[in-house]
Amino acid sequence: MLKYILKRVVAAILTILVLITVVFFLVRLMPGEPFTSAKLTPEVAENMRAYYGFDKPLIVQYIQYMGNLLQGDFGYSMKYTNRTVNDIIGETFPFSADLGIRALVLAVSIGLVLGIISARNRGKKIDFFCVIVAVLGTSIPDFIMGAVLQYFFGIEWGLLPVARYDGIEYTILPACALAFGTLASVSRIMRASMLEVTSQDYIKTARSKGVSDLRITVKHQIRNAIMPVMTIMGPTVASVLTGTFVIESIFAIPGMGKYYVESVSNNDYSMVLGMTVFYGIFLVLCNLIVDILYGVADPRVRIGER
Amino acid sequence: MAELNRDMFVIRGKDTARMESISRPSLSFWSDAWRRLRKNKSAIIGMLIVVIYAILAIFAPMVSGYTQSQMDAQARNEFISAAHWLGTDSMGRDMWTRIWMGARVSLSIGLISAVLNACVGAVIGGLCGYYGGKLDMIVMRIVDLLYGIPSLIITILVMMVLGKGVAPLIVAMCVVGWIGTCRFVRGEVYRLKEQEFVMAAKVMGIPDFVIIIRHIIPNIMGMLVTNLCMAIPGAIFQEAFLSYIGLGITPPDCSWGVICKEGIQFLRYYPHEILVPGFFICTTMLALNLLGNGLRDAVDPKLRGTD
Repeated sequence: MLKYILKRVVAAILTILVLITVVFFLVRLMPGEPFTSAKLTPEVAENMRAYYGFDKPLIVQYIQYMGNLLQGDFGYSMKYTNRTVNDIIGETFPFSADLGIRALVLAVSIGLVLGIISARNRGKKIDFFCVIVAVLGTSIPDFIMGAVLQYFFGIEWGLLPVARYDGIEYTILPACALAFGTLASVSRIMRASMLEVTSQDYIKTARSKGVSDLRITVKHQIRNAIMPVMTIMGPTVASVLTGTFVIESIFAIPGMGKYYVESVSNNDYSMVLGMTVFYGIFLVLCNLIVDILYGVADPRVRIGER
Repeated sequence: MAELNRDMFVIRGKDTARMESISRPSLSFWSDAWRRLRKNKSAIIGMLIVVIYAILAIFAPMVSGYTQSQMDAQARNEFISAAHWLGTDSMGRDMWTRIWMGARVSLSIGLISAVLNACVGAVIGGLCGYYGGKLDMIVMRIVDLLYGIPSLIITILVMMVLGKGVAPLIVAMCVVGWIGTCRFVRGEVYRLKEQEFVMAAKVMGIPDFVIIIRHIIPNIMGMLVTNLCMAIPGAIFQEAFLSYIGLGITPPDCSWGVICKEGIQFLRYYPHEILVPGFFICTTMLALNLLGNGLRDAVDPKLRGTD
């Protein structure tokens, strides 16, 4: 077990290192001098250059940047002058995390329930309905879902607030828009793995012993079928996170995704660099946690690793 | 009941020449798959929608009477009418024309990048799976590393380096896009090369190259095509997403992502400017997903209904 965890941790650290290196050199490759924004006064630009060590060779810059990162210093924003990327992340991440967690809980819980119902009623009308929801979910991009929800629930029917993030009623629409795609993929995978489990011998054994249908589903099917759903939790978190880019812009939520998109369109290189590294580390850590949990939950995984 | 004996039976006709002949033409793999696909209603509907959209994308802008950037200050934000079939946008440009011009860009980016990803992934995955050894080990380490990094982040950064436009977009989507196909092809090839027919070909002294072309590729082709079909909506979505956040395609060029980006600003007053292009994006992705599901069931009936 320890060996398995260690292996995962080493892989995660390696991935983060590669990620930072790739991001760093990509940003260096970006066309033009990064500090030419009209907003920057010459002194500030000069300080920036010194801070990033532009007069020194690339490898020294790289080491300097890594050193800063190790101390948790992501650098300065170029558009929002006088503010560090750390400040902005610290201010905006709670909004994104709140929205993301709501969406994730919504997506996973409803997705699992839909998948289970659908598999138990295979071929019936309700299964058809669940499959339609799943196909729609994978076919509707989240920014369109967001726009549609905002238009009908917010503007046309006036049921829910359309923008900002000031209370529970404000969170409903963005969380639903964000959750829909993920909900669909969770329910698809859950349905498939429930159906696969159904033909296993232990289910037949339980059935021949006269265990009730409901008990078989709860005790045997779900517990085994939920494993493949866990494997997609890493990519799921990633897709919710990238979903926040557009959902936060649409609903004017002051979260990290909105800032990220703004920085991309403002060419605020240091923000993009810092936030990208932050996102990358965050996702790699999420993957690591999922991997370890998966190993804990399913002994076959750790044995297969060897 | 009397005893049965030979004399009670008469041979009514026996054609020894035809006895052993096969009465129906043998079905090739693809005609068999096509026969199954044809029975799948949703897949055929999907296919029809894709074909119709492709035809419209090619011909609709030619006959609409407007160009994609032709502005009309007198007719801004107009709703659907006889003059403008899908209304006009905030600059008085004809939405019908713009949507089909955008479809040209979006659909071709989706197709090209999915095909490119599939080719690169299949070649690399195939080499790794067939030859194994050091090459395999190195490539697999790279793939594992890239797999851990969210692909969209890399794509965004590569876009920022390469600049905006169609070609950079396709390149950026290919930097990490080949990984999925590579993993799957490698696994398949790895499994296939241990099978008897490949062994038999090897024993007969057939060179590796011919084995790959004649025996391995045809065996994974079905799944590869299915994967490709499933990858196209993903690529269309990525293009729309990147254009939407301001990377990817930028005005005055137009794609579905660009049209949505421009349309959402007027959601409150002129909702058709986002809902109409949104409808086309969704139906295209839906159609391709349905077609992909149908194809998967058609080339591998064992998988039917499992997903």
